[in-house]
Amino acid sequence: MNWTAALPEIFLSCAGMVILLLGVVQKKDSTTLCTMGVLAAFAMAAMLVLQVQPTAAYHGLFVTDAMATFAKLLILAGAALTAVLSLDFNAKAGTARFEFPVLILFSTVGMMTMASAANLMTLYMGLELMSLAIYVLAAFARDDLRSSEAGLKYFVLGALASGLLLYGISLTYGFSGSMDFGRLAQAITDPDGVSTGLMVGMAFILAGLAFKISAVPFHMWTPDVYEGAPTPVTAFISTAPKVAPFVALLRVMVGPFGHVTVQWQPIIVLVAIASMLLGSFAAIMQSNIKRLMAYSSIGHMGYALVGLAAGTEAGVRGVLIYLLTYVAMSAGAFACIIAMRRDGRAVERIADLAGLAKTDLPLASLLAIFMFSMAGIPPFAGFFGKLYVFLAAVQVGTPIMWTLAILGVLTSVVGCFYYLRVVKVMFFDAAEPAFDARPAGVSFVAVASGAFTVLFVLALGAFTGAAGSAAKALFG
Amino acid sequence: MSETNIAGFPILSLVTFLPLVGVAILATLRGDEAAVAQNARWTALWTSLLTFMISLVLWGRFDPSVSGFQFQESRDWMPEYGVGYRMGVDGISVLFVLLSTALTPVCILASWDAIRTRVREYMIVFLILETMMVGMFCATDFLLFYVFFEAVLIPMYVIIGVWGGPRRVYASLKFFLYTLTGSVLMLLALLAMWQRAGTTDISVLLHTPFPYNMQYWLFLAFMASFAVKVPMWPVHTWLPDAHVEAPTAGSVILAGVLLKMGAYGFIRFSVAMLPDASAHFQPLMFALGVVAVIYTSYVALAQEDMKKLVAYSSVAHMGVVMIGIFTFNQQGLDGALFQMLSHGIVSAALFLCVGVVYDRIHSREIARYGGLSDRMPAYALVFMVFTMASIGLPGTSGFVGEFLVIVGAFKVNFWLALLGALGMILGAAYMLYLYRRVMFGRITKDDLKSILDLSPREIAVFAPLVLLTLWMGVYPSSFTSFFDATTGAFVQGHDQAMLGSAGQGLRPLTPLGTSPQTPLIRLGTNKIGVWGLVPSGVLGAKPLAFLPASTGTNLP
Repeated sequence: MNWTAALPEIFLSCAGMVILLLGVVQKKDSTTLCTMGVLAAFAMAAMLVLQVQPTAAYHGLFVTDAMATFAKLLILAGAALTAVLSLDFNAKAGTARFEFPVLILFSTVGMMTMASAANLMTLYMGLELMSLAIYVLAAFARDDLRSSEAGLKYFVLGALASGLLLYGISLTYGFSGSMDFGRLAQAITDPDGVSTGLMVGMAFILAGLAFKISAVPFHMWTPDVYEGAPTPVTAFISTAPKVAPFVALLRVMVGPFGHVTVQWQPIIVLVAIASMLLGSFAAIMQSNIKRLMAYSSIGHMGYALVGLAAGTEAGVRGVLIYLLTYVAMSAGAFACIIAMRRDGRAVERIADLAGLAKTDLPLASLLAIFMFSMAGIPPFAGFFGKLYVFLAAVQVGTPIMWTLAILGVLTSVVGCFYYLRVVKVMFFDAAEPAFDARPAGVSFVAVASGAFTVLFVLALGAFTGAAGSAAKALFG
Repeated sequence: MSETNIAGFPILSLVTFLPLVGVAILATLRGDEAAVAQNARWTALWTSLLTFMISLVLWGRFDPSVSGFQFQESRDWMPEYGVGYRMGVDGISVLFVLLSTALTPVCILASWDAIRTRVREYMIVFLILETMMVGMFCATDFLLFYVFFEAVLIPMYVIIGVWGGPRRVYASLKFFLYTLTGSVLMLLALLAMWQRAGTTDISVLLHTPFPYNMQYWLFLAFMASFAVKVPMWPVHTWLPDAHVEAPTAGSVILAGVLLKMGAYGFIRFSVAMLPDASAHFQPLMFALGVVAVIYTSYVALAQEDMKKLVAYSSVAHMGVVMIGIFTFNQQGLDGALFQMLSHGIVSAALFLCVGVVYDRIHSREIARYGGLSDRMPAYALVFMVFTMASIGLPGTSGFVGEFLVIVGAFKVNFWLALLGALGMILGAAYMLYLYRRVMFGRITKDDLKSILDLSPREIAVFAPLVLLTLWMGVYPSSFTSFFDATTGAFVQGHDQAMLGSAGQGLRPLTPLGTSPQTPLIRLGTNKIGVWGLVPSGVLGAKPLAFLPASTGTNLP
């Protein structure tokens, strides 16, 4: 048995225990120390991920292929960026407790397990490990009513979604006799001869995962949790925990249900259309920037689903590039939101950004770059994510995919309206008092993500190649 | 594709990205605000002048007798998907590169005193805008073109929104969303062509035949983008708003270069790559062009705001350009290109003229002025030159373009030429009416009695534009020679494509009663139906199924 395939996860888990112990035995506040430890563990894990050979381990429960490597690196990067963001925020909010980075770490282990899942049970275990840590994180500011509410809401709805997922898994197992992706794929080959029970099982699995990526109609929790959770947690939820379930979704849909694309494609198309529409129209009326980002992320998941709906290798490649650019933009945008702090208090209304270009031009420019990028305006990274998913849709070329592509580009124009509104508030409106000085960590994340977003265009070939080989691994 | 770059160094990349070096310098300027502003002005001016001087190499070394792309550069971008960083200019684009690099220093000079707040940021945005404009005209890769084409929106949005007039927020948003809506549909067309041809290299796409019903949809998608940019009636309504609210230099670039991007797109993509669909939609384009010419001329006549008047005249002039492009003959095309250049200079200069009095009185209302010629003789003279050029008086640049277009239109249809020429008469009406109300009469307003004539800086701005206008009017062949060979080959290629598709039975124009070689339309007869909008039988069947998964999937 090739147990080293899971070495990054094993290492991270052990490191998590050690850091937890360290935090407990340390007398004085050890949050910074623990965060540094977690960041070091992430860096080490990333190196291990690169070392692991492509293989299937633990009797096929766990695979390490190019897809897993791509996803894990992205997850680690997203988690690390948000860990950096949390440092200063928690100190100022009075919630600097060493459990925070440790919870992020364990959540990351869960996500990495999901990315490697080759069995529905592995998938479920990873998903639960990820989610349980996030439930706690969402309620981390336990004296804050909104945060407690967000944690509770997320927990209750998340438990429901987990239930749906588990029910779907059990139906799938009952009607096909296996939970292994490979064997499921062998069992489910005839697009017309799929049993109803299996279809229902698949729909439930889809629903459970759609909840995690906050796709319509399983998005209800998103705005409230985004708004209520402490901002670094929101940043965390909107980056890596979107990637892992999405990769799992890709694995399940392309793997076990790969031969019955016709059965699930309409569902994905509907979910994608609904997410794009809701993401663009519902965001227009928001006045809280975290809620705006919530609807924005719903919309983004809709665009990424366009790639999955295509059901082709090019589509999966498009999804991966989309997720890559999305994580960078999202982390950067949340870094800018965390920098919104006036007289020691965090502010989060869009109106608070008024005239930011006059008081803090670098921050305003960075946030403007993220907004233009999310709107899909070239030459920023977000444009290329959209380009690849729409290319996949156009390549399939069926009327339904054309509808999806046309609706997609048109809703992106609607979405552009609210992104532009943020830019307008920052650049065109009269200035509000300046924000407090930014901590170095926040500046670092904002500048690093900004540089990635702007310079992505130069390294397009390399990223496309990496995503391409990851997609190829999935299609074998 | 032969790698020909007679300049010996990557001149197009240099011209495109040199302004960004200026941006980098501007970003590092430190000191008190007044000093930074002054240094920013000079840095931006020198950067743009240097860019212009380097771009003059194109003027000197461009070989007008060759019809293909010159000064080509090529770098890998996404080689396995047929996408590259490809730059090159041909007879169609070279003069627009020069127009962009020439107008930028003019704009920076024109903003010297007019822009007083956030000068450094203004100059940064303007230089970024220059990079995007030049890059767009130089790109010979469709994806690269699209990136530049869209990216132009960002600096222009900021220029209108930050340094604009009272309704700047509305105008900038309208500008952005109008243009974006069209562009995203073009993006889908781009993807479809990319998928079919396996590359986004324009020189390959130009020789890739697209099936007729695919062309039909591609044309509509391109039209959604380019028609907004031109702008064509009825999607022109963003233009007056954007012009009125934009600062003077913003209007200059908008009228001078940005509108040309739409017409350039029509020539480069719609007509060149989709010959059958272009012929099919010819009546529609003529109709829209004629409506633009006549309707917006009348609208211009009723305007009370000087900038709005010039903005509507732009729509009318671009209508003439569209008629010229869709004649598909050399006179029409040459005329369209010449008119684009001429309009780029003349309308830019007219906006500058408005800016001169706006800087002094802070009003653009025509009724606010009157009798300026007494106090401002030099200004009156300059304004006169550009008024005449806008009308199309022989001896000025405006005449050559309109004349050639009308000759080209005459070869297609008498009525088309007549209606197109109406624009010149109406143009004379609104421009002379404007001139009379602003310049002549007695000075009645007190503040006008002490108004100052052109300053040396303003003379420096106008002198090259006056010279160019007269040069283009008196000796047009020093400009037409640049694109004669290209348009000749272009028209020939188009005719061949028409003949070829006629042979294959793909020719769709029979329902409209035209012949393959010389597409004729009969305006005024009911044969034209709904201006060609109804697809012929070939199309009717399965409009969306033109890309079955099995055809020509060259992309991995």
